[in-house]
Amino acid sequence: MSSRHRGRRSALPAPVLALAIVAIAFFALPLVGLLWRAPWSSAWSYLTDDGALTALRLSVVCSLWATGLSIVFGVPLAWLLARVEFRGRGAVRALCTLSMVLPPVVGGVALFFALGRRGLVGQYLDRWFDVRLPFTTAGVVVAQTFVAMPFLVITVEASLRQMDTRFEDASRTLGASRWYTFRRVTVPAIGPALGAGAVLAWARALGEFGATITFAGNFPGKTQTMPLAVYLSLQTNPEEAILLSILMIVISFTVLLGLRDRWLGRVDRPMGAFGV
Amino acid sequence: MLGFVAASCGSDEDDSADATTATADVSTEASATPAVQGDVTVFAAASLTAAFTEIGDAFKAENPDANVVLNFAGSSDLVTQITEGAPADVFASADLQNMTKVTDASLNAAEPVVFATNIAEIIVGAGNPKGVTGVADLADPTDLIVVQCASEVPCGSYAEQIYEKAGITVTPASFEENVKAVVTKVTLGEADAGIVYATDVTAAGTDAEGVAIPEDVNVVAEYPIAPLAEAPNADGAQAFIDFVLSEPGQKILASFGFLAP
Repeated sequence: MSSRHRGRRSALPAPVLALAIVAIAFFALPLVGLLWRAPWSSAWSYLTDDGALTALRLSVVCSLWATGLSIVFGVPLAWLLARVEFRGRGAVRALCTLSMVLPPVVGGVALFFALGRRGLVGQYLDRWFDVRLPFTTAGVVVAQTFVAMPFLVITVEASLRQMDTRFEDASRTLGASRWYTFRRVTVPAIGPALGAGAVLAWARALGEFGATITFAGNFPGKTQTMPLAVYLSLQTNPEEAILLSILMIVISFTVLLGLRDRWLGRVDRPMGAFGV
Repeated sequence: MLGFVAASCGSDEDDSADATTATADVSTEASATPAVQGDVTVFAAASLTAAFTEIGDAFKAENPDANVVLNFAGSSDLVTQITEGAPADVFASADLQNMTKVTDASLNAAEPVVFATNIAEIIVGAGNPKGVTGVADLADPTDLIVVQCASEVPCGSYAEQIYEKAGITVTPASFEENVKAVVTKVTLGEADAGIVYATDVTAAGTDAEGVAIPEDVNVVAEYPIAPLAEAPNADGAQAFIDFVLSEPGQKILASFGFLAP
């Protein structure tokens, strides 16, 4: 871990630097706007409000579940897309990342058609197993996973493609099993990308609004996640909405900042070490 | 220019006409309405989408030099946009409370006028599969999935007033963010019933039907309209409002299930 190259200095051409600064301002100004309008004097009472804490807890739990499911199903999917040549691979890849461009509300309606009480599969879930996803916490997790998993899949797939497969070949020729090779060679090599993809997926799940409110509905303590609570309080109490948004930003910012050093900062290292 | 405020309108707001000076003499065209020019930007509640789209077309037909730009969203979203300085000429709200936010901030150019009313109805799937007969049925959660608007939006507070008047407690599966989301959930068959406006049942067509709510437990939603103080097209704003209040405007509203004020 000590061989981390940091802050390699390079002279950036002035126009590039100027554009980069505009980009930073573009992201920073709306946040400054929120901080500027926040009613700081009543902040404590809003943030310790039971409703807000319930929504926050639900958001954290559901987004972690969605991230976990994205890893469990997304890594094998990325593996398949990166390593196995088959007809229609491009189409499958496009299909699996479609939810990134689909308007989330449409995604929520599409989930109804698939998993709702009258859905293609959902009607059998309901009839045979008495399982109903709409209006349940599980439905929130499904909606979040649907929109978040592609972020993990494309990140991990890119890393698997870039990885030098000779290390896996060497492991195999030295007598290691496929599973052992996967665990001890492949996973460590793609670890940083996996971490980065998981963080992206988590962030997307945490902020998910459209698919959740459409498919899972909005019930405090059950399906009302933080973005839903923020949206609804915006209707009557914009001050509360602003404070809740700031709370979400603080949490996400802390996590992204903390994980960056651990994961994203290392992305170039294994590639450098493994590459020729 | 505003000397020809349509006589048939039920409005008594003529103050604004005094302020404007007569200018154009081109207005003596075939129709007796003044010639309105340029874009008229109308911010209207989501429940007015279909009706105002048609009114906009009719207005344009009468005023070929004008163009109506419609922006539909939940009334409270529109209030946020207006208070944050969105360039709108007219605001049509689905309730009085949201209009009050605008008048409290002195962002209106003239007093709001109620131009339509709407009553609540229970929406159920086509054929009423669960046999809902009235509000009391909503209190029985046995195999009946009820959705309602969140109390933060007008249709939610109306639903709660109805439950209260009927003396029932309803535990919905979800508090939806707007009335159309309630309609969608019922028409998709994911929910069995919900309280919406009569106009929403009309708009849902054959996918849904309505169960009437008796007058003594029902509520009447009043829709106010007002020109805005910072309207880029003040003449256009007043002309559009006059058109909404005129007989052709009221006829269009009635065809979508709205009741007269």
